[in-house]
Amino acid sequence: MIMESLNHQLKLNPQIFELSVKQQAIRDGFGEGLVIAGENDNQVVTVCSDLSESTRVDKFAEKFPNRFIQVGVAEQNLASVASGLAAMGKIPFITSYAIFSPGRNWEQIRTTICYNNQNVKIVGSHAGVSVGPDGGSHQALEDIAITRVIPRMTVLVPTDAEEAKKATLAAAKIKGPVYLRLARHKTPIITTSETPFVISQANVLIESLNPEALIIACGPMVWQALMAAKTLLAEGLSVTVVNCHSIKPIDSKTIVKLASQAGAVVTAEEHQIIGGLGSAVAEILALEHPVPMEFVGVDDKFGQSGTPAELFDHYSLTAKDIIRAVRRVIKRKNI
Amino acid sequence: MIYLTDDKVKYLEQMANEIRQLVINMLMTAGSGHTAGSLGMADIMTILFFDILKHNPQDPAWPERDRLILSNGHICPVLYATMAKVGYFPITELESLRQFGSRLQGHPQREYLPGLETSSGPLGSGLSQAVGMALADRMDSGRSSDRFFYCLLSDGEIQSGQTFEAMMLAGKEKLHNLIAIVDRNNIQIDGFTEEVMPLEPLTSKFKAFNWQTIVVNGHNFEEINDAIWQAKSIFGQPAVIIANTIPGKGVRDFEWKFEWHGKPPSTKEGKEALKELRTMWGKLKGNE
Repeated sequence: MIMESLNHQLKLNPQIFELSVKQQAIRDGFGEGLVIAGENDNQVVTVCSDLSESTRVDKFAEKFPNRFIQVGVAEQNLASVASGLAAMGKIPFITSYAIFSPGRNWEQIRTTICYNNQNVKIVGSHAGVSVGPDGGSHQALEDIAITRVIPRMTVLVPTDAEEAKKATLAAAKIKGPVYLRLARHKTPIITTSETPFVISQANVLIESLNPEALIIACGPMVWQALMAAKTLLAEGLSVTVVNCHSIKPIDSKTIVKLASQAGAVVTAEEHQIIGGLGSAVAEILALEHPVPMEFVGVDDKFGQSGTPAELFDHYSLTAKDIIRAVRRVIKRKNI
Repeated sequence: MIYLTDDKVKYLEQMANEIRQLVINMLMTAGSGHTAGSLGMADIMTILFFDILKHNPQDPAWPERDRLILSNGHICPVLYATMAKVGYFPITELESLRQFGSRLQGHPQREYLPGLETSSGPLGSGLSQAVGMALADRMDSGRSSDRFFYCLLSDGEIQSGQTFEAMMLAGKEKLHNLIAIVDRNNIQIDGFTEEVMPLEPLTSKFKAFNWQTIVVNGHNFEEINDAIWQAKSIFGQPAVIIANTIPGKGVRDFEWKFEWHGKPPSTKEGKEALKELRTMWGKLKGNE
């Protein structure tokens, strides 16, 4: 039943709902995309701050040693060196953990990249609690908020490795600063090479005729949203599910249209509720079509050590939490 | 190495004096802005734009140009005045400094004014950008490029960690095409640099990061000229010119006083300053 409700035009992975669904880390897709971007355009360069293997730029470095710059543990320099490279026509991808870039070097990103209007791609890996055992110091939960607030910045949160590859290629093609958010651990593959990826166009994964709620998710939470939809649908409650991979520019048109059909919205993200995807959606709906909303995300807390599954459970980021939020929001709609 | 002729030195001295007068007028009109550093760097800015830089004011985007990266964006009045004087835009436009709609923003914004290489103001990030540009140039042209990348920075901003990150990378990459010029005027907003946060021994710091260092009197055109040619000839290292300058140089009441770091002259103070500079100009003319 759930398979029939999938948007077939998107040519999604037919194994999405199977236990044996293929899993791959989102950062792997970035690494593959970066090599292709490097082959497509010899102006693409990579600047790395001591995390080349874990941010998956090692393949690029092997293939294009003359277009790879190692700056060491120096994230502020990382951002501004990239600004200088871009001023000379290069297309720099700068990589680190999201907590350090755009975390530690936010002002350099704002001033020397965005205010200065330079064509730099900022890649933050290891975002979210799914970093796991490394603990709260390394789990970036604020990066969407601090990047989307900067004028000129495009913010992309791919949902799986396949989409990360496409997002990398799309980022290389557009002119201007882009923040690309990646996760460390393996997550189910939702899309295929044939699934379209267009910046600023959300993908409607499940569209229902008479939906009772709209679920908008990004990153690894899209899979949790699909699992929630499967359960809800089996119980006879129909929902629409959107993969909102572009946080900025956001697909206002699709969100407003679907929110007005459903009359209630739940957002889901592996990020602080404050300032993330949910806030971006609320900003649009408050203006264009106010409906009851519920926010699934981290509720003003820091992360901690644990397995990704334990942490998703602890911070209420699972399909079950989305289901509860859907039930709550539907109740509020009928008041 | 090209030596300066006596005539050239006189020409540059007069030009720098006129630029200082423009700076005073701009700051008086604007009613805010940074006086000390702008006056102190007038000589270096003058020799760069009128003698050293490979550039074309009629074609600011000329790809083969040298790049001048102003890291300490707050001294932009002297950058704007020099650019106007050398022909990038009309001198009358200088009056618009810091006003709404002006191309001359309070701190430089690259997109507002052709000829600016970067937007700066927040201190400590200019050297990194210059390093990025110099790296890109070497990637494209190897050592065959004859473009140079000049980064002007204040002494105070060397207190920021990012400057050291950039120094380390430039040393590692042996960027022969990078020349940093430090405005060593010993002052910052809160007082004397050596009291706020000592920078000495400054040359040792650069040396420790594998830079060539040259120390000059930042008001002596011949010394500055020789240092730049020396820096250009160094093959396997980036070079830094530590230019000892007098903050507020040219106006006795402003000289050496950190209080003049971030404020403009009042109308009365400005008029006095202009009078003093004009008298100085008369002296210079008399030497001809």
